[in-house]
Amino acid sequence: MAKHVPKRRVELVGKGVTGACIALVALLVVTLVAMVAQRGISTFAVDGINLFDFLTGTTWNPHQDDANGMPTVGALPMIVGSFSVTILSTLVALPIAVGSAIFVVEVAPGFGRRVFQPLIELLVGIPSVVYGLIGLTVIVAWTRDVGGMLGQNITGYGIFSSSIVLAVMILPTVTSLSIDALAAVPNEYREGSYALGCTRWQTVWNVVLRSALPSLMTAVILGMTRAFGEALAVQMVIGNAAQIPSSLFTPASTLTSVLTMGMGNEAMGTVYNDVLWSLALLLMAMSLVFILIIHLIGRKGARKHG
Amino acid sequence: MAKGSGNAAPAPASASAARGFDMAAHVRRINAQDKAATVVLTLIVGFVLLILAAIVVYVLASGAGKLFDLGFLTGKPQQFKEGGGIGPQLFNSFYLLVLTLLISVPISLGAAIFLAEYAPDNRATAIAKTLIETLSSLPSIVVGLFGFLFFVLYLGWGFSIIAGAVALTMFNVPILVRVIQQALENVPRTQRDAALAMGLTRWETTIHVLLPVAMPAIVTGIVLSAGRVFGEAAALIFTAGQSAPMLDFTNFDLSSPACPWNVFRPAETLAVHIWKINSEGVVPDLEAVSNGTAAVLLVCILAFNLLARLVGKLLERRMTSE
Amino acid sequence: MQGQLISRRSFIGAAAGAAMAFAGLGLVGCGSSGSGNSGDAASGSAGAALSGTVTAVGSTALQPLCEAAAEQFMAENAGVQITVQGGGSGQGITQIAQGAVQIGNSDVFAETKLENASDLDKIKDNRVCVVGMGPIVNSDVTIDDISLEDLKGIFTGKITNWKEVGGNDEDIVVINRASGSGTRATFEAAVLAGEEAPFDFKPQEQDSSGTVTKMVSTTPGAISYVAFSYYDESFKALKVDGVDPAPENVEDNSWTIWAYEHMYTVAEPDEATQAFIDYMMSDEVQSSLVEAQGYIPVSGMKVEKDADGNVTTL
Repeated sequence: MAKHVPKRRVELVGKGVTGACIALVALLVVTLVAMVAQRGISTFAVDGINLFDFLTGTTWNPHQDDANGMPTVGALPMIVGSFSVTILSTLVALPIAVGSAIFVVEVAPGFGRRVFQPLIELLVGIPSVVYGLIGLTVIVAWTRDVGGMLGQNITGYGIFSSSIVLAVMILPTVTSLSIDALAAVPNEYREGSYALGCTRWQTVWNVVLRSALPSLMTAVILGMTRAFGEALAVQMVIGNAAQIPSSLFTPASTLTSVLTMGMGNEAMGTVYNDVLWSLALLLMAMSLVFILIIHLIGRKGARKHG
Repeated sequence: MAKGSGNAAPAPASASAARGFDMAAHVRRINAQDKAATVVLTLIVGFVLLILAAIVVYVLASGAGKLFDLGFLTGKPQQFKEGGGIGPQLFNSFYLLVLTLLISVPISLGAAIFLAEYAPDNRATAIAKTLIETLSSLPSIVVGLFGFLFFVLYLGWGFSIIAGAVALTMFNVPILVRVIQQALENVPRTQRDAALAMGLTRWETTIHVLLPVAMPAIVTGIVLSAGRVFGEAAALIFTAGQSAPMLDFTNFDLSSPACPWNVFRPAETLAVHIWKINSEGVVPDLEAVSNGTAAVLLVCILAFNLLARLVGKLLERRMTSE
Repeated sequence: MQGQLISRRSFIGAAAGAAMAFAGLGLVGCGSSGSGNSGDAASGSAGAALSGTVTAVGSTALQPLCEAAAEQFMAENAGVQITVQGGGSGQGITQIAQGAVQIGNSDVFAETKLENASDLDKIKDNRVCVVGMGPIVNSDVTIDDISLEDLKGIFTGKITNWKEVGGNDEDIVVINRASGSGTRATFEAAVLAGEEAPFDFKPQEQDSSGTVTKMVSTTPGAISYVAFSYYDESFKALKVDGVDPAPENVEDNSWTIWAYEHMYTVAEPDEATQAFIDYMMSDEVQSSLVEAQGYIPVSGMKVEKDADGNVTTL
């Protein structure tokens, strides 16, 4: 008995310390959300800008006043821009990522584990500035040249170039999560399928991909959050024109690109600064939505698998 | 996990083709389909490797001239003349990384152990889990701006290494928690059960049995996360600042900005340096410095990757030989 | 086995403990040390060694000059520690108005950034140098000279092809600076002269001079504007109304696109800060560093500009 008391105490201390760690992290996140929200909301609460106008206005020109004497801060062009690059880059990256994941998990596991995965991890570590510079000197120039050959007079800056750069940037995330997703499919499923005489491709298509679908969707959404929040590289290739993009090849802007450009220039506490925080709040709200979607997918997947 | 069985060529059940449709044609078709799929998949992987190789070669080749230039690696940056180095930035990057790991590893370890071993299945746990996930999905610029608001201005730390380290910790924690939690949960059930059956408490089981077994995976995860931290710029611009004060390695006065170890001095890292000189730099050899810095960064990340695998393998060998 | 387990356990424990302790120390340390406020002021007697800590925050354009000057200053005054940081002009003005730093660097007058007039009384303007800016175009543009009127037409979206201003038949790609940037404010004050670009004219925007020059040099038909210090061979700098973008033309205001670089201090700066500002204004900096970096010394200016853009002859 005497021996059990300190044991219980050790147990309590262990639980307490580890619990405190997680509480600390949770507290930090809550502080973050609260502080960003507080600043972002003051645009509407203190400066009196209409939230609806902010979300649906198509003109972004904070240093010019509109008809009501308020700064013109319609964020719709950036919202449209952010979603366009996110969706397009995901569409580009997805088949490549899932294709490589299938190859790595189903076709050549040894090569995948030893060579492919370590290499793809490298892409994660390359700073976004470097991607931006490559995008500016290579992708934008190519887009312009190809456009020129097709008789289109374009600058090369815009959603298309940004999506290509972003697709490369989110490729490692989506690929390694897809690899995890496929690898997590129990081997019995595959063996069952092979036992029925199915080919590898039939097994992959009908069994593996289907049962890994929820995890694959999580991988996609996580890739999208990354694309949505990327700032420095996008800023260099999208052209930063605060207009609703009329095509993939006209300069556009994203929430992050306007945010990075403007934040240093405006003094704290001014309307111009506050609206930038509102953009940050919008960004944050979107990542919360993405997490919500992942949760819904996860719950649905769990229900399906009983 | 053994995936080898997936390689076995499926035996087409052609013998029993005495049914309504032409089994042989069907088999031919699905086999052709299978081959086509394999070819397409191989092409995709080849394409990815090609992109990867192109980027790595591009970065390394354009910075190759500076990569082995000791004067560049240790020299101090120039404001408007040629021949600037990246000595302080290189040191800052590593110091910031070490600080970040010192803060984030214990926290992540604690949080992961809690989630893997203690977490009661209730609302609070679910909320904590969701919050950590949220952290992992936040754009780095939002984390950077929060760091600026909270650590730099509100807490009055100024643009400083510590503010940068805490901001980077916020990126690192969700990744590490996931890695560690997974590593702990991958420990075979039998080991855990045996320890608990011997009368060890959960805490003792975790420390004596689970952690040692999970250690190779944990260490690999930590070193890999280091690579990501190393290349981060957006969050650091607003927290650790974009200036590198002259460092004096004989200075141990922890309150002096020239003391390399002072955590309250601003510190520009390699990734931020690339961003800064490309934004406002006026040095004539800007491109060479920028390319050289990028190459150095890439080599560091390459080294982290190799190191992660090496250390993981070594630890694993030690574990299994016991 | 047992021994090994224990040693590993204690290793993990010790490492984690040390890390925690370290992190704890750092967090506690911050409370006392702050962000480098002015240290113990030197005694007033002449010749006494200066000491103190000076933090300058703000304009990224001014940062290289300020850092280079700080380096030289610290070499002469070992007791003074100067840290120069970026963050942007807005940050510089915010932080000096709050008294959080000793120097706030800005490309623009604080009047244009601060909404609260009472904040202006708390700070003192030091104009350390003049920066001239001018239009730059891609090398494939054939014209070398442009009238102010045409420039205004281009940057308000009325002129969209180079042939309208005497060049080749090529679309004009306007690359503007970020709304709120000092360079843009200066350029618009001089070129647009009060007129505002129409709402539907939405050119590309870029914040940093480096990216702008890279874009202009790689994009056919592009036009933008940067400070003289960023001029190089990869693009073409235009004359305006026949006037060369040269320092001597800025000095007598025949080149009208220019602004001051400001280093704001609090109204009563401490000794080390004042000494550094004095050093910035001294010949040592003005006639070497300032010119070497493509800026124009204030001392040579024959005119003066106020916050509203009114120019008076000195």
